[in-house]
Amino acid sequence: MLADYGYIGLLLALAIFFAVTTLLIPFSLSLPARLTSYYRRFQQYLETRYPFMTRFVPPLPRFPRFMQIVPYKPNPAKNAPFECGMETIGKSWVRFNFRYYYYALVFIALDVMVVFIYPWAVELRGLGLFGFIGVLVLIFILFIGYLYAWKKKVLEWK
Amino acid sequence: MEIEEVYSSRQLDIKEGKAINELIARSQEVIPDPDRWLDEELERNVLVTSVDAVLNWARRTSLWPVVCFPACCAFEFITTEASRFDLSRFGMEIIRASPRQADLMITAGTLTWKMAPQVKRIYDQMAEPKWVIAMGACAVSGGIFRSSYSVVPGYNRIIPVDVYLPGCPPRPEAVIHAIRMLHKKIARRSLIAEDE
Repeated sequence: MLADYGYIGLLLALAIFFAVTTLLIPFSLSLPARLTSYYRRFQQYLETRYPFMTRFVPPLPRFPRFMQIVPYKPNPAKNAPFECGMETIGKSWVRFNFRYYYYALVFIALDVMVVFIYPWAVELRGLGLFGFIGVLVLIFILFIGYLYAWKKKVLEWK
Repeated sequence: MEIEEVYSSRQLDIKEGKAINELIARSQEVIPDPDRWLDEELERNVLVTSVDAVLNWARRTSLWPVVCFPACCAFEFITTEASRFDLSRFGMEIIRASPRQADLMITAGTLTWKMAPQVKRIYDQMAEPKWVIAMGACAVSGGIFRSSYSVVPGYNRIIPVDVYLPGCPPRPEAVIHAIRMLHKKIARRSLIAEDE
């Protein structure tokens, strides 16, 4: 059946296997521990806020220990999105200087040039005059862009 | 419009000092290692022991240490990691910079109270199940700096320690011995005895 789709079918099988082993199995194995933890927190919430309600809440049946293969012990530091020994300070909505945007644009243009020029330089002798002129055209086009950026005062930091 | 500064440096200092003083007050007692299960004869059945064997094999042969190198024992650990002593024989060649991908903390070095909240936070962020090897005299008991007001007298004041590794600093062979001891400890771990 997989051969009907060509080798891409094997890739699909690999993707499904990867998803099952890395996501589905760990998550389902941690489910009993998760449920217990959530339920305990819910009970604590009821006890602090509505003590009279606790008698209506049945106790959660105890899962066998061997079902709790993946432990679930959350704490505030572990649940925080930012992983670091230092606590985060300040806001995440900081403003950057607008000139970085121009810098990024010029960088991308020159970066593309570098990507083209490195393999060309490795095969310079094999490609001959045609390749040389082609790269000169590329550099000329990018040089015009560079001159334009220069004229628009992107390179000045004021 | 000005960006308001959330904390001035003075406010930060006060906040940090308060947190450290609270931590010192909280951690006067040694945190015991919950290792009763090492000596207990457990009620074992076939299903659980097979699962245990597989799990413990997987856990002890792919221990990933987290970066926690506050002082000079780190050099001995780097030597252990490098080609001559070659920690990759134990599946430990990857030293994770992120605590979320690590399950072993080798605490190589003296810990000051100023650094203690960060180490505790990194330990908290590590994924379960997790282990700690206290490496070197400073990590075990504070070492020669024990009497100092600013040094934590042993990592077991702030985090539970599994294996104590003496030496100032311990040689790479000793580090490998401690890792083998930890392997033995993990091999005896059982799901039945796993603490809540």
